Formats: sequence, structure tokens, C-alpha cells
Amino acid sequence: MLNSQLFQQVPHVGVTTGEGMAEHPIKQTSTTRRDFLFYAATAVGVTGAAVAVWPFVDSLNPAADTRALSTVEVDLSPIALGQAITVKWRGKPVFIRRRTEGEIAVADAVKMDDLRDPQPDSARVARPEWLILVGVCTHLGCVPLGQKPADPRGDFGGWFCPCHGSHYDTSGRIRKGPAPANLVVPQYTFLSDTLIRIG
Amino acid sequence: MSAPGKLQKALDWFDSRLPIITLMKHSAVEYPTPKNLNYWWNFGSLAGFMLVVMIATGLLLAMQYTPHVDMAFDSVERIMRDVNYGWLIRYLHMNGASMFFVVVYIHIFRGLYYGSYKPPREVLWWIGLVILLLMMGTAFMGYVLPWGQMSLWGATVITNLFSAIPVVGDSIVTLLWGGFSVDNPTLNRFFVLHFLLPFAILGVVVIHVWALHTVKSNNPLGIDVKGPQDCIPFHPYYTVKDLFGVGVFLIVYCVFVFWYPDALGHPDNYIPANPMVTPPHIVPEWYFLPFYAILRAVPDKLLGVLAMFAAILILFALPWLDSSKVRSGTFRPWFKKAFWLFVVDCFVLGYAGAMPAEGVWITIGRIAAVYYFVHLLIVLPLLSRFEKTLPLPESIGTPVLKQTVMALAFLALFAVSGPAFATGSAPLRHQDWSWQGVFGTYDEAQLRRGYQVYREVCSACHAMKLVSFRNLSRLGYTEDAVKEIAASYQVVDGPDEAGDMFDRKGLPSDRFPSPFANDQAAMASNGGALPPDLSLIVKARMGGPDYVFSLITGYAPQPPEHDLPPGKYYNTVFAGNAISMPPQITDGTVEFTDGSANNAEQVARDVTAFLQWAADPELEERHAMGVKVVLFLFVATALFYALKRRIWAAVH
Repeated sequence: MLNSQLFQQVPHVGVTTGEGMAEHPIKQTSTTRRDFLFYAATAVGVTGAAVAVWPFVDSLNPAADTRALSTVEVDLSPIALGQAITVKWRGKPVFIRRRTEGEIAVADAVKMDDLRDPQPDSARVARPEWLILVGVCTHLGCVPLGQKPADPRGDFGGWFCPCHGSHYDTSGRIRKGPAPANLVVPQYTFLSDTLIRIG
Repeated sequence: MSAPGKLQKALDWFDSRLPIITLMKHSAVEYPTPKNLNYWWNFGSLAGFMLVVMIATGLLLAMQYTPHVDMAFDSVERIMRDVNYGWLIRYLHMNGASMFFVVVYIHIFRGLYYGSYKPPREVLWWIGLVILLLMMGTAFMGYVLPWGQMSLWGATVITNLFSAIPVVGDSIVTLLWGGFSVDNPTLNRFFVLHFLLPFAILGVVVIHVWALHTVKSNNPLGIDVKGPQDCIPFHPYYTVKDLFGVGVFLIVYCVFVFWYPDALGHPDNYIPANPMVTPPHIVPEWYFLPFYAILRAVPDKLLGVLAMFAAILILFALPWLDSSKVRSGTFRPWFKKAFWLFVVDCFVLGYAGAMPAEGVWITIGRIAAVYYFVHLLIVLPLLSRFEKTLPLPESIGTPVLKQTVMALAFLALFAVSGPAFATGSAPLRHQDWSWQGVFGTYDEAQLRRGYQVYREVCSACHAMKLVSFRNLSRLGYTEDAVKEIAASYQVVDGPDEAGDMFDRKGLPSDRFPSPFANDQAAMASNGGALPPDLSLIVKARMGGPDYVFSLITGYAPQPPEHDLPPGKYYNTVFAGNAISMPPQITDGTVEFTDGSANNAEQVARDVTAFLQWAADPELEERHAMGVKVVLFLFVATALFYALKRRIWAAVH
């Protein structure tokens, strides 16, 4: 069935003529060879065109210089206890907060049932003292407040997103407001006690 | 009801409300086409194909390009070096401009030979000329965008043409520039216009095709179609023939893109624009050369400009200048000879336009320019009156002309190599380089040695601003080795919290640091001469690697008769023989870490290889992809040809 449909689309010489144009009899010899040629040429042409599209699409992906900047090393030594800094990584803010004992204890004590996106604090940090988060609200991408001492930190002592009122706790987990998920923890490694590489 | 039946019903429903399917069917499927069109008729569809390629590649380039005098050049180099397949897209676009003109010029000459401008096709001819004018404007403004030396000075020279207009000329030029010289406002508006005009061309092409489908195609016999028996439907006959033509054309196009991407350009355009220095030989792109030759042939500014514009505008009057009732040159023995003489004349004009305006070339250019007008204004009107034409065949059906693939030979004619300008310098010492040839690749060990030479010798004075440490991984260094190399450099970063700049160890993503803080510092330390940035030096010099190698090894004792200014050194290759750079490379200058021979020749060859790589880092990828693409195109084109023969078997 499918086969015969396909065959109908093969250009039949002498059949597809317009109004009164020269009609040429179909050559009875080896129509199968023409069919094969038609399919082969179509397949090769379509494949070539499809492959040729890829470089054009891929040119829109991040370029080599952009990719080369996809890791950033941060020196942690100047950050005092309780202080937070913001660094730029892949064009986005990354929050680095050196948490106090109290903040860590509060984050640890939260029951999983109270969380919209349940995750223990221990799963979100490599070393409890250092909380490292992508500073982008998981709702619609604003930067939450809470980095500067005078900023509002929301109802849970972490961050507060002023755009649509999402509250994050001292582990960066969503507690209240429209955001669906916790602040993202980027991939990072401690190169030494005071040096991390993000990305 | 079967599925195709439902689909047909849905299509009919749509078509009865917006008859776009009927329109397509009428103009691209059923369009009755003379059955005797030869391969010269392929160039119309090829031109349409090139327009699509130029718009597609151009859109993607525009997404990466920055139209600002401080950033344009580097943004183009970023496309070449960092954007995924950016080099491919840019080379397709850059060479595409040349290919577009090749195709369109052949299309025009085909029209000239077969009398396609004669009644009833005068308006069709005019619209085609409008497309040509729009193309010329678009191409000119596109060439300005990379903001190299030729961009800036080409823009300066061409816009200054308008200053020839009496009284208001200077005001018009200032208006075009948006300033008192070609500068940022000019670049910005040229970018906007270069983006806009192709869509204007697209619109005019639609009108061109509309006019064509109203008056129907001419044919090699130039006689009117007598009835339906002379015609065949456009599809499948000419669709498959055009497809085959696209295949052949793509092979030629790809050979340029993958192996000779810069052959049709000028090395000077790889030097960033400098409003203080004009390159010694300003030459437009090859497709403007015949008109440029006409401009230069007239020793008066205004008249020269008028002659140049007249050379194109006069073509609008062609239907009346040549009033012979016989269209096709095939039946006009004298016209045929005059036509080919005119073709030769256009090539002579093109060649004269590329030559320096001195000596015999001035005379040759003038004779050719005069003949251009003599042909159109005197020869054609006289021929159409006095020529005895051959008897025309009764109908198209009677003799179907033999088809030839001479089109290809014509294409080859266009491959004019850039003429070298001798400046009293010694000939270059041609070397066998590993990257030459279809499969040419770099020798990693040689590149690493060359990098060592650059670092230990050249980098004391020469910057390489476009190369990053991360690029060194292409020399075979591991990721850790690249980091180590980067960390061995100090780079300036900042400002820090206190607002001060500070030094830090280099990272792989950093560019090579420059030896001097700025150009002024570099000149102050080098006797007033600016050591050029070496990132693109091989591409930016006529002769490429052979030039660089010959220059490094070209120092010689000063001949007694040669007057050398103080602080200069005698070099056999450098223009004027007096160079500010002292000889740097002697036997043993560098102790190679891999223990290779370190005589001066070898060191020069290695550093040249490194500089070639720095200018052309994508070469290996380009060659490898080119081989695959061309092999594929051969297979596809052969299949298209076989299919074409199959489909046409009934007509022949």
C-alpha cells in the first residue's frame, strides 16, 4: 500500500504535461531503473541538504571562546564568617555564603515534609560552611535578594526574590512563593581549602 | 475515504481561499518552457540559488557580527576562530559573493548573445539590470563590514565618487558618511543597508520571474514558441536539469571555499582598518574591475564617474540600440563575432582594472573602455541595420540544438589570479609546506617548535592578539600542559576592589599578552615603527607563508649603491628594501626542546609554519570537510545527471 503510494509520486514522463504541451510516450524499457534512480537521487539530495543544515544550526550554539569561560576559580580566603559574595559564572550570578553555625543548624533541622522540593542540607553542600548556589530564582529567572547585609532575606533567613515573592531558606531551598524548585547548586570542586573551581 | 483523499480535500479547501498551491503549480510545475533550452539557461536558477545561500549565511553571520569600528574586525575573526563552523559560513558568504557575480554575469552575457532583451522582454531585461545594480551596492557595502584596510579604503574611494557631482557633491558625501570621513556611523549604516538590500533584491527577483512568466522564456533559436508542441512543463524536465546544474556549480564553489577561500579576496583586508595609511594598491573586488577600469580610463573626475555609471545605464537602452528582428546570435554571423569581441573586451577591461594605473595599462584600459561604448552605441545599431542574417528555422520542434557544457570552461575563465605587484623586491623563495594540497595538514612538532621561536624571539616586539592559550591544544599540548604554559605568562586583569589593575597568572582562556601596553609604546620602543600583530600576518601578505619565510631569511649586506636610511636594515624581499626590524634569526638562535636542527633556515621555516597556523587555525578541519563534501557532491551530481538523462530520454 505504502509502496504504491510512493510510486505515484515518481515523475512519469509524458503524463505530467500541462495544457496541450508536447506529450512524449513513456519509454517502456526499464521503468524500475528510473524509479531506482529517482529514489537514489532524492535520498542523496535530501540527506545532503539535511546534513548541510547542521553547521548553520550549530553556529548558534556557544562558541569556543564562550565555552572556554565556562569554569571560574574563586579565592574564598577574603570571605568572613556570615558574609556572602557574588561572582559571575556563565553570565549568571553565583552566591557564595560562608554560613554561621546557627544558619547550618537551622538548615539541618528542617523536616523533609515541610519542603516543596525535598533535599537535605547535606546533599546541597560539599563543606557545610560554604553554601554555593546559582543566584537565579527557579520561578522566572530573577536574581533574589539576600546577599547584602541590608537586603531582605525572606521569612526563612535565606533569600527573597522581589519579582514574585519566592522565599528561600539558609540552604537555598524554596519554602514559600511561586518558585517550583530549590536554588540550583552548580558543579564545583575544592581545589584547596580556600580555592574552588565552579563549572 | 483514504488518507490522501482527505489531504487533497484539505488542500483544495485551503487553495480555494488562498490559491497559493495553484500559483506554485502554475509557475514552478506546469510553466510551459521551450524544450530546447541549453545549459546557459541554468544560470538563472543558479543565481536564485546563490541569493538564497547568501541570505541564509548572511543572517547567521549577522547574528555574530558587531558593526562597530573598534570591534568589527575582531568580531569577524571570532567568527573565523571560535564560532562553531563560523569559518565555513563566512567563507561560503565571502566566496558566495564572487560566485553570485560569476553566475549573474554569465546569465547576462547569455541574454546578450541570445537577444533576450528584445521585444517582448524589454521590461524583464530592465528588472534584471535593477537586480544587478542592487547587487553591486550590496556587495560593495558587504565588503566594508570586515573593517580591514580594503574595506575602509574601498568605502572611501567609492563614496568619494559622489563628490564628483557639481555643487552638492561634497554635501552628499558627508551625508553618506555621517561624518567627515568613513567612520563608525558609515559602518553602522552600511551594515543596516547590507542587511536590508538582499531582501529588496529578493522582491525584485519575484518581479523578474513574474515578468518572465508573462512573456515566457526566450530560447537558443530566439524564435517564438509556435505552439504547445514546442514546450515541455518546467517540472520535472527543468527542475532536474537545474538540480544537476546546482550540483556541478556547488563543486566549483566548494573548491574555492575549502581550498582557496582567500584567492578571490585581497590580503590587505586582513589588516585592520587604519585611517592614517592607505594600502599601496587599492583595487576593488574582481567583479567591479571592468567598471573600475572605465572610471580610470577617463582623465577627468566627473567624466570618469559618469562614464562608469553610463557603462551600466546604457544597457537599459539595449533593446533599441540593437533593433534587429532576429534575436539569437546563432543566426547573426557578424553579431556573433562582435559579441565575442565584446566579451574579450570586458575581460581586458577587468585585467586592466586590476593593474596599476601606469604605463601601457593606461592605454590598454582606454582602448578597451572606448570599445565598450563603441560596441553598444555604434556596432550594434549598424549591425542591426546592415547585417544579413541567416534563415530562421520554422519552429523549435524542427532542430533541437546540441547542448554543450561549455559553461564550465567559461567558469574557469573567471578564475583570474590576483596580480602581484613588483616593487623592486627579490622573488619569493617558494617552499614546500605540509599544509598545501588537497589533504594538507600541519606538522604538530613543527608548530610547537615554531611556537617556541615566537615565544623566545618574536614575542619581544610582536603581539598575537587573536590567539588564546587554549588554542595551543591544537599543537598537541595536553590540557595540563596548556594550563602550565598559560600560567607561565603574566596577564593584566582588574580592576580589583580598590580599582587598581593587577597582574595574575595566565589562564587558558586568556589571549597571548602583548609586549607593549599600546601602539604608541610599541612604536617608541622600535624607532617609530610599529611591529605588526602576527595573528594574521600570513594571510595579510601577498605570497603568504613564502613571503614571511623569504622576509625572515631575506636579510643581506647592504649593496654599496643602495641608500639606507638610519635605523633601517637591508632586506631583499621587503618593499623598498629598507626594514625597521633587525635580523633576528641566525643559526642557533633557538635551542629546540625536541633537539631538532636549529639552523636559520629551519628556524625560519618552523616559525612561519606556526604563523600560518595562527592565521589559519581551521585549515585541517577545512580540508578534511572539503574532501568529504566534494566526494558527496560528485556522487549526488552523477545521480542527478543520470536521472536527468532518464527523464529527458523521451524529449531527445
